[in-house]
Amino acid sequence: MGEGWDGGVNCGETSWPCITSVSPVIPVAELNHVIDQLAASIREAAAQRTPLRIVGGGTKDFYGGALRGETLATSAYRGIVEYDPTELVITARAGTPLAEIEGALREKRQMLAFEPPHFGFIPSPLNPRRVEQVPSVQPMDATPERASAPESRRAHVRLHGHIPINDMGPLLHASAHPLPKQPEAVASLTPNPSPGARGEHRAADTDRLDREGNVVSAMPADRMATLGGCVAAGLSGPRRACAGAVRDFVLGVRMLDGNGRDLHFGGRVMKNVAGYDVSRLMAGSLGTLGLILEASLKVLPLPAAEATLHLKCAEAEALALMNEWAGKPLPITATAFRNDDLGVRLSGAGAAVEAAAKRIGGTRVDTMLAGSFWNGIREQTDAYFSDARPLWRLSVKSTTPPLDLPGSQLIEWGGALRWLKTDAEARTIRETVARAGGHATLFRGGDKSAGVFQPLSAPLAKIHQRLKQSFDPAGIFNPGRMYPDF
Amino acid sequence: MTAVTETPVDLMRQREAAAALRTFLPESSVLFEREDVKPYECDGLSAYRQVPMVVALPENEGEIQRILKTCFALRVPVVARGAGTGLSGGALPLGNGVLLSLARMMRILEIDPRARTARVQPGVRNLAISEAAAPFGLYYAPDPSSQIACTIGGNVAENSGGVHCLKYGLTVHNIVKLRALSIEGEVLEIGSDGLDAAGYDLLALMTGSEGMLAVVTEVTVKLLPRPSRAQCMLAAFDDVTKAGQAVANIIAAGIIPAGLEMMDKPAIHAVEPFVNAGYPLDAEALLICEADGTDEEVEEEMRRMHEVMRASGATEMRVSRDEAERLRFWAGRKAAFPAVGRITPDYYCMDGTIPRRHVGKVLRDIAGMEKKYRLRCANVFHAGDGNLHPLIMYDANDSDQLQRTEAFGAEILELCIQVGGTITGEHGVGIEKINQMCVQFTAEELEAMHRVKHAFDEHALLNPGKAVPTLHRCAEFGRMHVHSGQEKFPDLPRF
Repeated sequence: MGEGWDGGVNCGETSWPCITSVSPVIPVAELNHVIDQLAASIREAAAQRTPLRIVGGGTKDFYGGALRGETLATSAYRGIVEYDPTELVITARAGTPLAEIEGALREKRQMLAFEPPHFGFIPSPLNPRRVEQVPSVQPMDATPERASAPESRRAHVRLHGHIPINDMGPLLHASAHPLPKQPEAVASLTPNPSPGARGEHRAADTDRLDREGNVVSAMPADRMATLGGCVAAGLSGPRRACAGAVRDFVLGVRMLDGNGRDLHFGGRVMKNVAGYDVSRLMAGSLGTLGLILEASLKVLPLPAAEATLHLKCAEAEALALMNEWAGKPLPITATAFRNDDLGVRLSGAGAAVEAAAKRIGGTRVDTMLAGSFWNGIREQTDAYFSDARPLWRLSVKSTTPPLDLPGSQLIEWGGALRWLKTDAEARTIRETVARAGGHATLFRGGDKSAGVFQPLSAPLAKIHQRLKQSFDPAGIFNPGRMYPDF
Repeated sequence: MTAVTETPVDLMRQREAAAALRTFLPESSVLFEREDVKPYECDGLSAYRQVPMVVALPENEGEIQRILKTCFALRVPVVARGAGTGLSGGALPLGNGVLLSLARMMRILEIDPRARTARVQPGVRNLAISEAAAPFGLYYAPDPSSQIACTIGGNVAENSGGVHCLKYGLTVHNIVKLRALSIEGEVLEIGSDGLDAAGYDLLALMTGSEGMLAVVTEVTVKLLPRPSRAQCMLAAFDDVTKAGQAVANIIAAGIIPAGLEMMDKPAIHAVEPFVNAGYPLDAEALLICEADGTDEEVEEEMRRMHEVMRASGATEMRVSRDEAERLRFWAGRKAAFPAVGRITPDYYCMDGTIPRRHVGKVLRDIAGMEKKYRLRCANVFHAGDGNLHPLIMYDANDSDQLQRTEAFGAEILELCIQVGGTITGEHGVGIEKINQMCVQFTAEELEAMHRVKHAFDEHALLNPGKAVPTLHRCAEFGRMHVHSGQEKFPDLPRF
């Protein structure tokens, strides 16, 4: 493997380094202090019954019910705890920027296969990070302990030169043409707010706690998605239908419950059925059950080859094609349909991608453009999402025929995910979607007073309330973020 | 795994429960005579036996609902059971409880080839789903070795894996919806026909919950297109650590094989005379490695795996030339448990998962324990995902051997925790590993799990006493440990 495996800590008997990249060097004592501070804030809030709003990068503030409570920032608890590429597992702290995690994985040609949307600023691969080498501060502690092993710090990685997510405009040009210039990537290093950003909490990714535990912004920075927010929001991107969702990749979490207790569930291994799967329960729980301190995720290798095709077709035909392909052994890793245009991404071994591309037909899209296109779908910067009407997320059975709802749609996940820009009434939408065996979420904008998520049946609502009560008896974590009644 | 003393059946309670169930169930669906309930006294972990007070054999969801409501009203605990193939005693009956056998709930309700799903009753056998889906070119991916017998309901309860789960995931990754009944008889629709559902991920919470949260009455599983081709490779090594390193090298090369299994020398020697799979008897470790997908994918992956194996020091490599040979390569691995069973009166199968990089150390330590406990152990290993199955060979008729086996197993599990792993990768905690739960989790974590159960089942009537130990039990176990001088984790809290 030689190349790219830059020696270092010996993990067990293999010679691979456990840890490949760590963000700001934070001494263990300081990290423990951060946990103590967070736990103290939680205990105090519980005693006073003061609502707390858990914030990572604040990039998903738009998602879910109204924001209530005093901010409890996870940003000071950051850094990769352990990453051994050959174990296919990464463990990182909640405040770690998602971009940093993805960067560390990319260095080892691996990825978060669920392609989580950031909905914030992502350092551009076109503008590589400046890596400052800092001599090792502390060797990897070999003694096993419950708390995260201290990291080895061989590389101090700082993120420089953020660029905004680009709206590439009308994408999916069949490009026999030369590549259009990408002005945004070159011209602008100035961040512009991501859709839905409100701006009342900035600089989360560089916040630090001072000795008194106050949040101090180290520098005015852009909002960057964090690992904690990614797991808590539970959102997955274009690869979801093929690879699985966040919850499918969560192997373990460390969390603070509503009494400030430091709890570990799951682990750092691929298979683990000891006890209830509380770690997966945390995925998508919107911070209502506890504060995620650390998460261990399964990672996968980057595909060797990728190709994007596009086909002109009507909605019904696109749905038929996507469902037909999904029943064949084809390496399809993403689909997106809008404006009578179906995008299909193939990933895997080179020969397999080529063979599948022949079989599927359509027009091949240039690699750069294809990358921007899928990024636009994942980050919702595609032109489709610029429509001013509220955005609904409809999760349905993939074979559901075209939904008879007013507005414009973008279809992903082989037909199982339908985005809808509409002014239609919530009740109409929810009823239509429920008939299709699914559920509707008011994703962005619109009137949230009628609830953001599909109402639960009475027996499930009761279980939800009891689970909430058991993890957060004082009801302080993100009240109303998921359902109005807890 | 020392057999517990049987709780005598309370005859008054028995009469009361059986009479209540007989008001709506036919005679043949309510068993309580000793000779009728005796076959249910254990599951796949036969060291633990307990005759149930009553066995109920419902044939539809309505009957299950009435059984649960009746038991709830009488405060009689209920243990659900599928085929009883579980290896951790998760379906061990209670002497004061109803054993709810779901074996008659065996209808495949719907196969939707376009949506690639199958909706089945919990008593449907794992393999039966793939058989029913085969005409559509589809199959159900998780394939526990007991798949000809085990039921999908049991698979959900245990979050079962199999030899292909590195690439295709566990049960939790392959089900989309559950219909279940709470102990109060309320219908719970968990998951959806889409790829996610509103609210908390109760589908994940239910999967692997060992029948302690609700009783599953319908499972909708995901079906996958059958790969057009699969090919298998055997690679022999003269050292287990080298074989472990080869596994790491394959992953590092960006390959996720469909199957990646390891067997050590004792396992190879137990298997080869039994199935004649053609395994090399001089190897210290054998890797079985499979690629599947399109012709192009398989060809490329096999070529790359071949290169990595050679570079990792494989002493011999063999690639299956046809389907018959591929199946023969697998036959040995799949027959490992019965093959070991042939050379010893009894064996005890462990199920820890470890970070793969520690496999050399763990196997060496296990070899040390063989001497310490004077017992032989063969190791089969789902190497791709770090799930180790040491098979400790013993004679159950010799109580001293049984005790040594138990101590041997406990030490292996604690070693797994020590290197950063877990006590159970796919077999579940059940009753068997309940003490080791006290080592893996803190009192506060166990308490949190008890509260999760309470959210579903506040009177603790569903499979009580399994999977999550009471703190009282842990306190007793902790003292036991101090006594026997095995305090190996001074940094772990004890209670």
